[in-house]
Amino acid sequence: MIEIKNFSFAYGKTQVFENINLQMKSGAVYGLLGENGVGKTTLLKNICGLLRPTSGICTVDEHVSFERKPEFLQSIFILPDELPLPDSATPERFFNELAVFYPNQSEEMFRHLASELKIEPSRKFKEMSFGQQKKSLLACALALNTEYLLLDEPTNGLDIPSKADFRRILSERIGENQTIIISTHQVKDVENLIDPIIIISNNNVLLNASVEKITDKLYFEYGGQQRPDALYSEMMPGGYLNVLVNNGMGESQINIEGLFNAVLRNQSTIKTLF
Amino acid sequence: MDFKKQKPIYQQIADTLCERIVAGEWKGEERIPSVRDIAIQLGVNPNTVMRTFEYLQGAEIIYNKRGVGYFVASDASEKILKLHRKEFLEEELPVFLQKMKMLGLSLDDIAKMN
Repeated sequence: MIEIKNFSFAYGKTQVFENINLQMKSGAVYGLLGENGVGKTTLLKNICGLLRPTSGICTVDEHVSFERKPEFLQSIFILPDELPLPDSATPERFFNELAVFYPNQSEEMFRHLASELKIEPSRKFKEMSFGQQKKSLLACALALNTEYLLLDEPTNGLDIPSKADFRRILSERIGENQTIIISTHQVKDVENLIDPIIIISNNNVLLNASVEKITDKLYFEYGGQQRPDALYSEMMPGGYLNVLVNNGMGESQINIEGLFNAVLRNQSTIKTLF
Repeated sequence: MDFKKQKPIYQQIADTLCERIVAGEWKGEERIPSVRDIAIQLGVNPNTVMRTFEYLQGAEIIYNKRGVGYFVASDASEKILKLHRKEFLEEELPVFLQKMKMLGLSLDDIAKMN
């Protein structure tokens, strides 16, 4: 379990988070959403011990992240959106060099993922496109097989077939004990994968709820008229998408972009609902 | 009220599994793929597929043999038909009737079409 308590963080004088509390249970694929510059990457870096909270505490299974104990570090891996790679590096070298630190790693899994994602482990990163680099790093990150895996914008730069490959390999990897956090703006890429969903703003966790709970509390109506009581409406082909408070209207299909906008605009209503 | 519905994903998955049963891909008393396998095939969260299985189990379309897996009920096709009838009567028909009213069509008008 990841626990963030009374957490504040600032880069110098720039306050990013103020007194945040957040819990994430093990064995789930969390979607971490928030507007640009709200601090999603900063939060991930605090969780894995790359940054130190200004005040408050981040713990992962009773380990205080910033203490960076070896037992903790071998249980968590973060894949940043962009990673400077040495010119001569290849995916297999990159994987092998990291693998010594991660006891559950599997070379076999790395080979399997590389072939699923159609990348060549012995090719130099500098000869690859951005998308191919990204896929290579994803294969490495997943094959390290850590209990906690933090992915920052993992589908950024992936071509259309690769996005489907990504969803497939990720759903394949969702085990009972692996906790994955995906921070992203490309919600369509991971719409049916992430559950629960967390939406953060600078000084607040606006939402941290399972998809089941979200569709229990909110109703997503597709293609009707614009409703005055909607928390959020948006024009779509064939009518409007309305995000409504669910007053016994049954279950509907979640629309994460609609959810995001509804939550951002109705923070206090959402707080009382959930 | 005429709510435009889009079923939750777990129900959409249930519909496709039911179609596969009705099409005879999986016969009565036959084992179906695991939650995990279906999740991977579809690239969705296994929890969602778990909800699908619970839903289908509740409707007695599939049943669980502990430690072995999920199996198609021998009368699954009838149960699916029953479920579809209920869905039609409770959800599609009211919308249909409302639309008839809106367009000024009577049941006689419909009967004349056959």
